[in-house]
This record gives sequence, C-alpha cells and structure tokens, in this order.
Amino acid sequence: YPISIINKINVCHSEVLSFVTADIISTVEFNHTGELLATGDKGGRVVIFQQEIENKNLPQFRSEYNVYSTFQSHEPEFDYLKSLEIEEKINKIRWLPQKNAAQFLLSTNDKTIKLWKISERDKRPEGYNLKEEDGRYKDPNSITALRVPVLIPMDLMVEASPRRVFSNAHTYHINSISVNSDNETYLSADDLRINLWNLEITDRSFNIVDIKPTNMEELTEVITAAEFHPLHCNTLVYSSSKGTIRLCDMRESALCDKHSKLFEEPEDPSNRSFFSEIISSISDVKFSHNGRYMMTRDYLSVKVWDLNMENRPVETYQVHEYLRSKLCSLYENDCIFDKFECCWNGNDSVVMTGSYNNFFRMFERSQRRDVTLEASRENSKPLQVLKPRKVCAGGKRKKDEISVDSLDFNKKILHTAWHPQENIIAVATTNNLYIFQDKVN
Amino acid sequence: MSTAADMDVNMDVNMEARRILAVSISKLYASRAQRGGLRLHRSLLLSLVMRSARDIYHSSSRDSEPHSGPSPPEEPMDTTSSVEPERTVSEPQPTSPSAQAATEEPEAEYERGASGDKENLSPAKQSRKRRGKTSAAPDFLPSKRARLEPGEERYAACCRSGHPESLTSLSLNRVISAF
Repeated sequence: YPISIINKINVCHSEVLSFVTADIISTVEFNHTGELLATGDKGGRVVIFQQEIENKNLPQFRSEYNVYSTFQSHEPEFDYLKSLEIEEKINKIRWLPQKNAAQFLLSTNDKTIKLWKISERDKRPEGYNLKEEDGRYKDPNSITALRVPVLIPMDLMVEASPRRVFSNAHTYHINSISVNSDNETYLSADDLRINLWNLEITDRSFNIVDIKPTNMEELTEVITAAEFHPLHCNTLVYSSSKGTIRLCDMRESALCDKHSKLFEEPEDPSNRSFFSEIISSISDVKFSHNGRYMMTRDYLSVKVWDLNMENRPVETYQVHEYLRSKLCSLYENDCIFDKFECCWNGNDSVVMTGSYNNFFRMFERSQRRDVTLEASRENSKPLQVLKPRKVCAGGKRKKDEISVDSLDFNKKILHTAWHPQENIIAVATTNNLYIFQDKVN
Repeated sequence: MSTAADMDVNMDVNMEARRILAVSISKLYASRAQRGGLRLHRSLLLSLVMRSARDIYHSSSRDSEPHSGPSPPEEPMDTTSSVEPERTVSEPQPTSPSAQAATEEPEAEYERGASGDKENLSPAKQSRKRRGKTSAAPDFLPSKRARLEPGEERYAACCRSGHPESLTSLSLNRVISAF
C-alpha cells in the first residue's frame, strides 16, 4: 500500500534549535509557502527561520531551517489605569501572503497587535559625493568631480520593522488573530469580543462579535479561538469555553452576535465529572485548507467537523484518553488548563496535536491510523527514524511502553505546525523547536 | 433510606468535594498575583468547578445528615441579582478584584438576607458556629474577612449555617463580576 506519513515519519534531518531557558516558545507558524517558520516566545521575541534546501537533485533532499531574523516584537507594558502589567508574551503570529519582495507578519500579545515588515538588504550604496565612506562629511572645497553612487553587494541583512501598531481595542486578553482571504482585513479576538481591522488602518476597528453579558454575573462562556474561512472572506468561526463553535456570516449583519451555524456535540452523561466543563473547553479551532472542514481541540480529544453538519463532529480522535481518570491531579497541578493547539497537513489528510511527556500525536483521517511520537534530544539525531511510542493505560506494561504515572507533565507540546506543502513539521517543546521531515525514498 | 455503605460513599464524595473546593479557592487567590492580570477564562473555569464541587458537597452533606430536618431552600447563586444595583459591572477592573469582592460581601449579604429569606434567618441560622466535623470548614481556607462598617452585620448568604461554601459561593459571583 502507499507509504503514508503515518507509516514512516522518517527523520531525514532533525534540527534541534534550542533557546535560552527563559524563553518559552508560545507560538509557531509557517508562512504560506513554508519557506519561513516564525516562532514567538514568552519574552516577546520573534525568531524566523528560513528553509534552505541543500540539493533538490538528490533523491532524498534535506531541508535545513536556519535563523533568518530575530527581533523584539513586544515589550512588557504597564496599564496605569488598571494597575495591571501587560505581558509581552507573543500569543499568536500570522503571516500575510507575500505581495512583494518583503514578508509581512502579524504578531500579538494580550493587548496589542503589530504588523512587521521583514525585508532583505543585500546591497549598499557606495561612492557618495559629499560624504566619506564612514559617513563624515567632506570639505566641499575638496570636491572636484561628480560621480553617481553605485550599489555594491554586501552580506545579507534581514531587517524587521514595525509598520503598524493596532492597540487599545481589547479590554480582555487577545487569544487569536486571523488574516482574511481578502488580504485587506483581519480579525482579533479576546475573551468576549471579536474585532475586524483593516491592515492599513490602526486607529479604528469594527466590533463584529460581542458576547459580554450586561451583568457579568451571568457570564457562562468565553471566546477561546477564532479564525476566518480560508476561502470565503465573509465567513468566520469562533469557539467557546463550553465546547461550542459558532460560524458567522458577516454579510448577514454588521454585528455577528447571531450565528449562522452552531456546532455542538451533546455531552456523554456517563463521563460527567467535576471537570467536565473544563475539559470540554475548546483550546484551538482550525479550518482545513480546502475550507470544507474544521478541527477543534479540547483537553482530551481532537474533533473534525463537516461545516454542513452541526450536530456532531464527523471524526473524533482521542489524544490521551488515559488522562480522564487523572483529571483531579491535573486540576491540582494546573495542567488541565493547558491549551493545546492542532494543525492540518497540506492536503488535509492528517491532523496533528501535542500531548505530555514531549509526545505529539498524528491522526491519519482516511485510514483511521494514529501514531505517537516523541520530541526529545535523545531521539533526534540526524537521519534517525522516529520510533512510535506507546502509553500503557493500565494492566501489564509491555517493554518500551510508558506507564501513565511516569509521564512528565512538565514536558508539554502545546504548539505544532505543518509545512503547507511538504511533510515537514515543527514541534515546540518548552524551550526547544524540533523540525522533522519525511524521508523521500 | 441510606445505609452505612451509602454514608461512606457520601463521606468520600464529600471529602473530595471539599478538597476540590479548597484547591479552587487557593487557585483563585493565587491568580490575583499573576502577571498580566486576572484571566477571565481561567477564572470562569475555576468558578464552574467550585460550583460543581459546592453542589456535590451540599447534596452529599444533606444525604449524610438525614435527620437535619427540612432544609431551607437554597438560594440560587448565579442568577441576576437585583439587589446589587450599586455594583455596576463596568469595564475591566481593578487591581484586586478579590479585595473588592471582600468589601462587597457584607453589603450583598446584608441585602440578600433582608430581601430574601427573612423567615429562615432565625438567630440560630445566622450564627456561623461550626456544627460538627462534617460541616466544619477546612482550616486552611483563608481567614481574611472584610472590615464591616459600623452597624453592619454579617448574615449567612446561604441558609445553611456554618457552611464553608458560603465563602465560596460569594467568591464565585464576585470573581466574574469583578471583570
């Protein structure tokens, strides 16, 4: 049968890019071609890696991702009015499709979104008439000839400059940003509101969803994630802490409080516990590339929804069901509040998400196969094939299996990304970024 | 009719609920010191867990005390409260919502007592005296109480006296409304 990504995630070249301990990776995102990979961290920094293909003619070509640009996107701020510190942690990065030589991305912390331009400079002008090479001005009397400065090659310099700052539009903490397919607008979502921006205009945004109750005591749910449809510029979805997803059509009205569709699966009453509400909270929602499906991640599972069917998902994948009996401990150590993300591969045939013990999971949809892999230094030598892992939920533990009680809950993979075209994945552990790729045989 | 086995199970559930309540309250207090301010989503989830734990604690306490007599109706804690007009829920709040919460407690309690359950607020029920081990509040609950204005009295917000969850039930609403 055809070799699929699940069958052989052969590590062709594994690159481990480690950061200083203080910087916990908080977001990972490939750009639209996959050539660039951006990471944001808790310290407000953005690091961009660029793909360099060694030799396309080789039967198993290797891609390397090397540091392309590093810049400080956000700084810690203090809101004097509320006596609150605003964290500089980068919550999300989203790339804009490329329009010219420069690259653009949006990065956001809890309160402010910034549009960054990343451009290359590989030439510099030389031969000014009025200035020396070091910048000092010449004595005008010494100038006897006139010449045209020329551009000479220089070492590549990548510059990042903030082109727009979108601030003061969110009362609550921003959890999502999403660029519209029209490439002119984007949305930003906090716990209770979603705003629509024009990329060119920073002093104004339109509120399109507002779920704040008049009396905050009546609050029962918050917005946890939001995304624009990849193809239909009028459609967006947002997920809630109650496990529901609402699809909104911006053509219906200016304020999209009334949803067009409500996606919700009835709760299984046999699974009810103190923590049912927490684990049903959706931590991430992602449209498939073809726009026909969307995927949601809650604490224990990944669900794939058909946009035409609201009453239940078409597929449900258990990420780590063995944790269901440990919810009380996970509540005590705060792990139950962890927000895992999920992602699609380029052709929407595989979905991926993270777990604990530096495990991450891939689910192949059509064949209903899944695999658990581990991102760790020991397993990630170049050209080493990743070995599937298995967690022993109960009973006799087989060799090579790991028992639930030995799992390290401090080692969590919250952020993963899949190259839009190739089988290259980026997996972030707490301080390290791992890049794995499929061996083309 | 509850058997001895049922009582044991009830005790376990009761203990579990109390433990979760205590853990939740300490998380709530700890989140005040969090960098970046109180997180609405987290606070909401904490309050939901506390509510479930409190309800279980309630019902298992009731089951394990079959002779406590007809229980007074429990006040719903999460409906719109018409008795708190002065606490307008305005935009994002201040420095220490829990401090604000603590100071607001007496006012709300007072009003609730006044408007709602006069017939149930017998002097005995007003007392916060602990009655027996099962209803004693865990002693690691924070003991800070707000200063009362002169002339104000403390009323049990819930008609069960000596119940630790009167502290928690107030915390639930105040936390969210403080945003």
